[in-house]
Amino acid sequence: MIPSLLLIPAVGGVLAYFVRRAGPRRALLVLAAVAHAGMTAATWRVEPAPAWGGWLELDALGRMFLTITSALFLAAALYGVAYLREEGHGERRDVEEGFLFDNAPEATFTACLLLFLAAMTLVTVSQGFGLLWVAVEATTLASAPLIYFHRHHRSLEATWKYLLICSVGIALALLGNFFLAVAASGHGGASVRLVLPDLIARAPGLRIVWLKAAFLLFLVGYGTKMGLAPLHTWLPDAHSEAPSVVSALLSGALLNCALLGIVRVQQVCAAAGQAAFGQGLLVGFGLLSMAVAAVFILGQADYKRMLAYSSVEHMGILTLGIGLGGGGTFGGMLHAVNHSFTKAMMFLVAGNILTRYRSKSTEEVRGVLRALPASGMLWAIGLFAITGSPPFGPFLSELTILKAALDQGRAGVAIAYLILLAVIFVGMATAILGMAQGVPRDARMTARAREPLLRVVPAAALAAVVLLLGVYIPPAVRTALEDAARALG
Amino acid sequence: MITVSGWADTVLVCIVLTSFVLLGSSRLGACIRVVAFQGVLLGFLTLAARQDDPSLRAPILALVSTGLKGVAFPWLLFRALRDANVRREVEPFVGYGLSMLIGTSFLAGSLWLAGRLPLPSPTISPLVVPVALFTMLVGLFLIVSRRKALTQVLGYLVLENAIYAFGVGLVEGTPMVVELGVLLDLFVAVFVMGIAVFHINREFDHIDADRLSALRDWAG
Repeated sequence: MIPSLLLIPAVGGVLAYFVRRAGPRRALLVLAAVAHAGMTAATWRVEPAPAWGGWLELDALGRMFLTITSALFLAAALYGVAYLREEGHGERRDVEEGFLFDNAPEATFTACLLLFLAAMTLVTVSQGFGLLWVAVEATTLASAPLIYFHRHHRSLEATWKYLLICSVGIALALLGNFFLAVAASGHGGASVRLVLPDLIARAPGLRIVWLKAAFLLFLVGYGTKMGLAPLHTWLPDAHSEAPSVVSALLSGALLNCALLGIVRVQQVCAAAGQAAFGQGLLVGFGLLSMAVAAVFILGQADYKRMLAYSSVEHMGILTLGIGLGGGGTFGGMLHAVNHSFTKAMMFLVAGNILTRYRSKSTEEVRGVLRALPASGMLWAIGLFAITGSPPFGPFLSELTILKAALDQGRAGVAIAYLILLAVIFVGMATAILGMAQGVPRDARMTARAREPLLRVVPAAALAAVVLLLGVYIPPAVRTALEDAARALG
Repeated sequence: MITVSGWADTVLVCIVLTSFVLLGSSRLGACIRVVAFQGVLLGFLTLAARQDDPSLRAPILALVSTGLKGVAFPWLLFRALRDANVRREVEPFVGYGLSMLIGTSFLAGSLWLAGRLPLPSPTISPLVVPVALFTMLVGLFLIVSRRKALTQVLGYLVLENAIYAFGVGLVEGTPMVVELGVLLDLFVAVFVMGIAVFHINREFDHIDADRLSALRDWAG
């Protein structure tokens, strides 16, 4: 089962590159997404057998992240069909500077999209640290061409920053792998395999100094990819310049994959009795990320950049949750789920707004509720969901994290957390409500536009999931998250 | 006769020398060749480190990594350089003399730091850790101190070489499929970066990464 989860998107991606006609290629994209989602759903019923000598195995945490990735990809694929139909080919005018540019060939785009899914799937099923590293680097390489879909200088700049910063960051994580191997090298010659269950079982025998150094390198390495401040500099550029459907996947699925890398090392640290070492660092990085995001969200003139900084904020929130430990870890994990669905939904809607208004400026876009009723509605819903208002999922997870901070008597952390959340709420509400309400500046926009179903339904479905998670967490999901929280100490 | 440690020491010292050449050379073409030579040296290091291993693992890895780093990467980079048709100079932010001086301080720092790290098991050579640290620092320094996108790729390669040297010298028993996976990733990375360098040139008529600065939060 695990091999087929990997092979469906990988083979689909290679095929997509060679299919010449657009129709069948888009059908292939959707077909692969549906098949992958179906297989993923099946893993909740039938425990997939470990493959490849224990290197590939789907544990509770991996399955959680795999499910998020697969669900988001399905939504993105459906949306992508409509997106490519409208924007796929031909010369077009740049929305900011007005020059003409071309898009990358659609075949390359579709192929990279599917290979990206394959790489992310590999991240979620890897139990070996080496393989995990290979998979995370593969996600960078598969997604770089996606960011450079619109072929102009800004997206090229974003792609270059993304490639270089993430590659260098991830190179440090490779060094972390080697440090971990040194930590695991036995006193009498027999080394522990760098596979998660083996490492956890023999954690007390690890060399603590090297383990701590390895954790630091992993945190910096994967933290770069995850967008933790001050290593987040690539993130706003990449998210704002990539096509919205790609931004949704980057923010909703890719950041989680990097998070998984950090969580895996923290699992080993916790088993070795060093949980506190990592937790202190995670709390610091978490609060710093929230603070940096708050500064840049206030007065942000570009709504896609605003969403990108909001991703930095939420990565900070869930890092903080994991750093607090106990109930906070549960909250952090739940928040990863909530954030993924909410943010992917918002990026998809942002894509609709961008297509209609041809502007990324929060100032120029007015009256979305009139011009695009369905998207406008979702945009407003998204605001309340992402800022943690009831009854949506993020409210629950943010509250759990707050409660964990208060239970541990860390009033300073709790106060800073609340203040930052409030500041970000004000910043985002000002921008998003301003966009939703009012009258469009351009008189031609006042007429309602026809909104293609495929550009609204995926986002609406994601919004429904976010709402559902706010009122009811399925028992299977709750158990999976609790297991994950226990493993992290 | 030279012992195992002797071979490894020789190779490691050569790696340090190549790093210094990189810091001081002004021609892009020369830099690409030096990085390629460093890749070949790493192949030798793999062989020297695993001499007593009877299986074919070490020779295969050495062959693949030498093939990639010594032949494929320079070929890709030279192609990007030719297509880009740029001035073949490195154009550093930090001058060559100062770069060498900084390199020397890196070397001293690495030796000092490596002396303080408690190593669990005997390694193939006491020089592995300091040389790997030094080369990493040089790689990072090249990325931040050189203007051209192509030199940043070279810096990244030097960084990867250093980490690879660390792995070869210190860690035994990494599964081969993982090592090959790492090399495959590296290959694709250089391939994609090469394409990006080509596009940067076509878009901007130069490959100076420092002029990639349109994306920011506040104008000004």
